[in-house]
Amino acid sequence: MAATEQDILEGLGKIINEITGIPAGEVTPDKSFVDDLDIDSLSMVEIAVAAQDEFGVEIPDDQLKNLKTVKDVLNFIQN
Amino acid sequence: MSANRVRVVVTGLGATTPVGGDVTSTWAALLAGQSGVKAITEDWVDTVPVKFAGTAAVDPAEVLPRPEARRLDRSEQLAMVAAREAWQDAGAPDVAPERLGVVVSSGIGGINTTLAAYDTYKERGWNRLSPFTVPMLMPNGPAAWIGLDLGAQAGVHATVSACASGAEAVGYALDMIRAGRADVVVAGGTEAAIHPLNMAAFAAARAMSTRNDDPAGASRPWDRDRDGFVLGEGAGIIVLESEEHARARGARVYAYASGVGFSADSHHITQPEPEGRGVIMAMTQALTDADVTGVDVKHVNAHATSTPAGDVIEVQAVAKAIGTHPLVTSTKSMTGHLLGGAGGIESIFTIKALHERLVPATINLDNPDEGIEVDLVFGENRRLPGGDIAAVNNSFGFGGHNVAVVFKGA
Repeated sequence: MAATEQDILEGLGKIINEITGIPAGEVTPDKSFVDDLDIDSLSMVEIAVAAQDEFGVEIPDDQLKNLKTVKDVLNFIQN
Repeated sequence: MSANRVRVVVTGLGATTPVGGDVTSTWAALLAGQSGVKAITEDWVDTVPVKFAGTAAVDPAEVLPRPEARRLDRSEQLAMVAAREAWQDAGAPDVAPERLGVVVSSGIGGINTTLAAYDTYKERGWNRLSPFTVPMLMPNGPAAWIGLDLGAQAGVHATVSACASGAEAVGYALDMIRAGRADVVVAGGTEAAIHPLNMAAFAAARAMSTRNDDPAGASRPWDRDRDGFVLGEGAGIIVLESEEHARARGARVYAYASGVGFSADSHHITQPEPEGRGVIMAMTQALTDADVTGVDVKHVNAHATSTPAGDVIEVQAVAKAIGTHPLVTSTKSMTGHLLGGAGGIESIFTIKALHERLVPATINLDNPDEGIEVDLVFGENRRLPGGDIAAVNNSFGFGGHNVAVVFKGA
């Protein structure tokens, strides 16, 4: 995949901003979706649907529940 | 009716319509005789025989915060915009959650979502659907979202009766307060149905005007050259409140919501009953419920959708149930027909007419049809008298549903 981690982070930031209104700049690798960003499970599904389209990856439900932090998503997309 | 019955007042108004994004701009447009009907610019227009509609003057998705708008069907967006205006207009009443209710209806529900989501499912699979697809398409969605927004716990309802839905919501809300189940109820109707399937389906029912060369002149209730209704979209929401609750907090009172009548034609699934039997029954019940006589009623905001059959039957029924004296207008000549939203916005127009003692003229009414005895308002706006007067808002729907709501001047 050609996208760098920084590209993916920026793309993810835009998606999360679109869905939740959280400023894209607050979406940093160390953040937990639930504890830091206050994103609920249905919003996570919305984010996953958008991320699948944006980055051309499939995120199965049993994988989605393991993606606790922004870094987890970055790793998942890159791998 | 018992003299000690709970009286209900209207303390807040909110609307987003084809002629304005709020009540003030909408009312000004109606008084200026402006049509909100315009040519459809979407690509699909070539596939349907009717090429115009009353699209909302202000896109609700541009008004709401982006994360909120994307979780709401357009019918829910419009309802949320109107509900927030109404709530603020009422002074954001301080009411216990268990004494606050919501009754907001649409005739068709989240059909834009239903059809778009089906395309997504077919083309890209189930896991590309938004997890909010169901609350976007369910017809109780607008009421439910507004209830959540306001924290209403006394009951959140969505009465569905096609084009009578919005008026039925107002009537149901009135009854909720009178039954003692709530002190404040947010009520009205919404619709966002300008989709090629609806345009095609209503055209297939031969119900719509096809005056494609003159969209602004297409909705012409009672005119000899009328040829069907014009589809519009938008929402109208009011805040109803027990008089005791409103007076205690010093609220501004626009009008009394005094009575409602419901009936069913039991005649034909889409055609009006020719003698107006059910329509007369609804109006007569509403007057009795409001404890007013026909003489007290000085204004009727008619359902009159510009269809060949329905318009004249309605005013002949008005003549029988109320008399020939009321000033009768059809604001659908300007807004088009908002289906489930109609009873919401037209309740507001009836209330505004009472509050300002001014009835907006029906536009495009160049040659009134034969057989009409009531005092149609056209050519210029007309003043209502001072004093203790009443007005009626009529709404009827496919299925034979009839609703009449009586408001009294405050």
